[in-house]
Amino acid sequence: MAWNLKSDRPIYSQLVEQIELLIVSGIYPAGSKLPSVRDLAGEASVNPNTMQRALAQLENDGLLYTQRTSGRFVTEDVERIMQIKNNLAQGLIKEFIENMRNLGYDTKQAIQLLEKTAEEEE
Amino acid sequence: MENILECQNLVKFYPKCLALNSVNLTVPKGKIVGLLGPNGSGKSTLIKLANDLIQPTSGKILIAGMEPGIETKKIVSYLPERTYLNDWMTVNDMIGFFSDFYQDFNKGKAYDMLARLGVNPSLRLKTMSKGTKEKVQLILVMSREAQLYLLDEPIGGVDPAARDYILDTIIGNYNPEATVIISTHLIADVEKILDEVIFINQGNIVLVSTVDDIRENENKSVDALFREVFKC
Repeated sequence: MAWNLKSDRPIYSQLVEQIELLIVSGIYPAGSKLPSVRDLAGEASVNPNTMQRALAQLENDGLLYTQRTSGRFVTEDVERIMQIKNNLAQGLIKEFIENMRNLGYDTKQAIQLLEKTAEEEE
Repeated sequence: MENILECQNLVKFYPKCLALNSVNLTVPKGKIVGLLGPNGSGKSTLIKLANDLIQPTSGKILIAGMEPGIETKKIVSYLPERTYLNDWMTVNDMIGFFSDFYQDFNKGKAYDMLARLGVNPSLRLKTMSKGTKEKVQLILVMSREAQLYLLDEPIGGVDPAARDYILDTIIGNYNPEATVIISTHLIADVEKILDEVIFINQGNIVLVSTVDDIRENENKSVDALFREVFKC
């Protein structure tokens, strides 16, 4: 997957978001081992210390844990992962609603339009 | 010794020009640092002082606690802004040269990188384009297992794809005991791989900060901040 980093926001917080996305979308499934800091930093083309900081943050959030000798793993707590997934989804929905409001649609109209577009896509 | 580079009231006067004005600076181990400033701001002067190529007018510069000299050259890998290699030599010759000169030179690493960048090691430097020459020099410098890498404008002349490879090489070589200092104008290209940035202007250090602190506090990239601070 391509790491998409914007230039006007802190790098580490963008790394946190993107790794969260990798976890909730199942690319790094619950209980699986994460690549090393160096490999992840290389893949994202970022400083290894910045990657380290992002991973530490995810550990604090309970999404990752470290096993002293064998590396870093995704949590086995599926509920916690689902919770993060819900948070991300809610964020996207809020953004969508706000954008639609800016275009002049109320929530009901937005939902109708959403359903119509989704049907057409199928 | 936690600091690999330390400057104490470092002053360098050239005739009619104050190149460094009482610089105080410490750079710890294990960092990738950008030394950023407009043309003529003192970047190369600072790097030359660290390599014992010129002498301070007053003040001190210390590498791992030592004044620049034979002992520090063993642990410092320097990429100068201009080439000093003989252009009648082939890349193979130069790799032999470097491994004779430097105990910490890793031949395998050098040939590996040459292959990745598609440089033929049996060619003479004379026959190469400007960009390829720069790649060769950088490969020689990065193939040492040094404690401090001083890279003066390392990516200016190479194409964007090679630039990415070089930056990935710097990340891949990362070692918590070694520090890399990169002086460059191409800030947008390097800022993702930097821990810290040092802004220097007219011989004064004007800002020392981490990249993420700049982005957090200013809501803009280091590149954008540089353009603002040094607006002409």
